[in-house]
Amino acid sequence: MIRPLFVRGLLAGIIAGLAAGVFAYFAGEPHIDSAIALEEAAAHTHAEVPLVSRSGQVGGLFLATALYGLAVGGLFGLAFALVRGRIGPRSGSVLSITLAAAGFVAVVLVPFVKYPANPPAVGDPATIGSRTSLYLVAVAIGLLAMAAAAVAHRIFEVNGEPVRWLATGLGFLVPVTAAWVFLPVVSEVPEGFPADLLWDFRVSSLGTQVVLWGVLGVSYAYLWHRSERVAGAPQGVPA
Amino acid sequence: MSQLSAPHVQPIPLRNLAWWALAVPVLLLVAYLVTFDQGAISQAGDYLHELMHDGRHLLGVPCH
Repeated sequence: MIRPLFVRGLLAGIIAGLAAGVFAYFAGEPHIDSAIALEEAAAHTHAEVPLVSRSGQVGGLFLATALYGLAVGGLFGLAFALVRGRIGPRSGSVLSITLAAAGFVAVVLVPFVKYPANPPAVGDPATIGSRTSLYLVAVAIGLLAMAAAAVAHRIFEVNGEPVRWLATGLGFLVPVTAAWVFLPVVSEVPEGFPADLLWDFRVSSLGTQVVLWGVLGVSYAYLWHRSERVAGAPQGVPA
Repeated sequence: MSQLSAPHVQPIPLRNLAWWALAVPVLLLVAYLVTFDQGAISQAGDYLHELMHDGRHLLGVPCH
């Protein structure tokens, strides 16, 4: 009963990862190339022999997004199995899209607002450890805030829609806003780094994640819908 | 918006889900290898790290 939900998550995840890779290739790679050119111009030397060539790294982009999509998709399938019937829309397809939107906000958007993506040449290698920890703390807060919103949504079910949605919104916004305000600031953009390149890179990075989670939600919904149709809507209610 | 609660769908019992929770660390490991590993876990860590360099930047994970 759980296995098909999980396998569909893996499948939808790979599809989503590859789609995100295609988007990143066209929208993001030009900015990475520009940033690397600046990095090398600043270093003045080419002494470093790269372990992987630039074309290898571009190919690795698809491997990275596909593997990341696979992992996210598997977790998504299990989250779907956990959530369905407990909270959220009754229709499996609508639940899938809602869950993907919630996952995007919790795992991507909440950390991104505080610690946005950076192109090569931005960021001090000496602080990678603390920046990684802070990033993971922000992801954890996003997930906990989303869980708090879901619990509030459930607890205030009997208090009428306005109170219920207010509680849901506060359950999410209070921890997230506190994190945005109180987590330490990281500001490591080098002097003179072009602002438009930084902005364009960040937009393309956020877009990559929008594509990943969007395609994940939609393709999982499609796979769900298809299985319901094949099984002849077992609960007597077409999704 | 009453469709937002789902009383008519039977939830999967947590007991059945417990076994599948074992997949979570495996999936997190895959995500970790893509996003953070620099040889700490995998032998080919540095190679993987460099290979997936662009993906990591564009997925928004801290790098360098």
